[in-house]
Amino acid sequence: MLAKDKLLELYRGMVTIRAFEEEVRKFHNAGLAPGLVHLYSGQEAVGVGTCAALNSDDYIASHHRGHGHCIAKGSELGRLFAEIIGRRPGYGMGRGGSMHIYDPATSNLGTNGIVGGSVPLATGAALSAKLRGTGQVAVSFFGDGVLNQGILFESLNMAALWSLPVVFVCENNGYGEFTEIDDVTAGRPYAKRGEAFDIPSEKADGMDVLVVHELVSKAVTRVRDGEGPSFLIFDTYRYTGHHVGDRQEYKDDAERQLWLERDPILKLAETMVAEGKFEQAELDQLNSEIEASVIAAAKEAKEMPEPDADDLARHVYAA
Amino acid sequence: MPPDSQHTDRIISLKDAVLEAMFEEMKADQNIILIGEDVGAAGGVFKQTEGLFETFGVERVIDTPISESAIFGLAVGAAMAGSRPIIEVMFGDFLTLVMDQLVNQAAKVHYMSAGGFNVPLVLRTGIGVGGNLGPQHSQSLHSWLAHIPGLKVVMPSSASDAKGLFKAAVRDNNPVIFMEDRMTYNLKEPVPDGEHFIPLGSASVKREGADVSIFAVARSVHTALAAAEQLAAKNVSAEVVDLRSLAPLDVETIVASVRKSGRALVLDGGYQSFGITGEIAATIGELAFDYLDAPVMRLAAPDVPVPYSPALESLTVPSVDQVVAKVTEMFGGLD
Repeated sequence: MLAKDKLLELYRGMVTIRAFEEEVRKFHNAGLAPGLVHLYSGQEAVGVGTCAALNSDDYIASHHRGHGHCIAKGSELGRLFAEIIGRRPGYGMGRGGSMHIYDPATSNLGTNGIVGGSVPLATGAALSAKLRGTGQVAVSFFGDGVLNQGILFESLNMAALWSLPVVFVCENNGYGEFTEIDDVTAGRPYAKRGEAFDIPSEKADGMDVLVVHELVSKAVTRVRDGEGPSFLIFDTYRYTGHHVGDRQEYKDDAERQLWLERDPILKLAETMVAEGKFEQAELDQLNSEIEASVIAAAKEAKEMPEPDADDLARHVYAA
Repeated sequence: MPPDSQHTDRIISLKDAVLEAMFEEMKADQNIILIGEDVGAAGGVFKQTEGLFETFGVERVIDTPISESAIFGLAVGAAMAGSRPIIEVMFGDFLTLVMDQLVNQAAKVHYMSAGGFNVPLVLRTGIGVGGNLGPQHSQSLHSWLAHIPGLKVVMPSSASDAKGLFKAAVRDNNPVIFMEDRMTYNLKEPVPDGEHFIPLGSASVKREGADVSIFAVARSVHTALAAAEQLAAKNVSAEVVDLRSLAPLDVETIVASVRKSGRALVLDGGYQSFGITGEIAATIGELAFDYLDAPVMRLAAPDVPVPYSPALESLTVPSVDQVVAKVTEMFGGLD
């Protein structure tokens, strides 16, 4: 079992993300976050368990459902909210939005609007780290939809061929948009996609942050030691559908209930209490504190200025 | 071929001039890597990377599988992480395989990250008609790329320019597409040894003239120069402006030339429809209309796939005769 402060870090991370996404949902429903927002609620264990196994200068590349990864890697909540509601202090001056959040300070190569976009970016960052001898590793987060994108196979091939320090983390939440992954994907179990390139590949429970953390930690250790990439698939679930507003008519209540019972935050809380390391009251208190600080950050972002017309054409080219 | 440091101005080919620029830049900056199909031990399909592998080793001159999309995607990630990749895409036609990474990732990262990340890379590719390579190995798709904000597009016509522009491309902190017409690979001229830097976005007047301005890039510049020579015999003084890069575009030099000559012909080896000839013609119309003595004319490749048969292939390349005929038309006929 992990040390008390590590358990707390994982718990805090997941609760923060859950609370953050609730505020994003409110922003969207209030018309302040127009366009598309894809919430990470339900999948917290994967992002938090993974990022807790990384150093601050290790790279991550994320996907369209990426707020959780940004938070887990250490981005500031206020600036994240600001980007999602299109305000100037946001990471992209409000010009990227939810699907395009980049944070060099946390070595975050961005959330990404193209399915599979994170895969070559993380692999390339790993190539650079290896060539420059920095000891950094890179993680590519991607959804189950990417299992059927050609660029995954091209990247896995080069990552394996050159023993690149990259961990491929597939978050299988069961659906690519509105379509069940099993309806459109051949070649089971899906971990075979990594094995085909002689990459150590494993599938595990993505609703258990301790499982995720242990598996990713092991992978990161061997990857950092120069033993080449790892390919991990975590089964998980998105509580809110593809995007906010998706009525999820393609899911049934029984399925939803089954996954809610496996909620990653409740699961970790139970373990923490059962191990006798924490009192439930302590965790309840923590929940309230975290929720209050997230709400405060959201409120702060709402007061932030919008970009002005001068920002329209800024940063099209680098100096 | 390694650079010859014994002389200051050697007569070398465009291909060797770019190779020399690569040698010099890779020596100067450890972060530069070369990555692509057959660029390493084989020295390039056209011997355009010969000797780099032996000099800089397998760590910096990296042979890849035939996976254009991921090669370029990896290069974007590597550039964001601090490397400065040069990516070879063997034929410009294969840019289609790279387009998502180029347009959706590379071109927008700096903007979307509000300057947080740069993508300093050079995509080098051979383009153009010649050699009967058929419809999928002969295209000139530069107009597509020049259409995308965030990308720079460079097209040298001569050896000396190629060296200076390539150095500028490598040192630029943006994604730069460097397109060489394969038919210019062996064109030779004196090229400065060592440092030789030509800023991107600076056109070059290759021949001064007073009566008509001909704007062109890459191979078409030579067509324009040959036509100018013939026009001189008809007492027409043609100015030939080599744009050298499409993005950034040296609008100032274009307008200055038209103000002087009053007539403009835009020449291109790419397709005419929705291509750079229309863009430049419109720019002239907007900024120099009052100086025009004749409508701005265009001459570009016909809108057909480039055919294989030698009997047809050459018909897709704007010819010297066609340029002369167009200019003649602009003057209402010449004796």
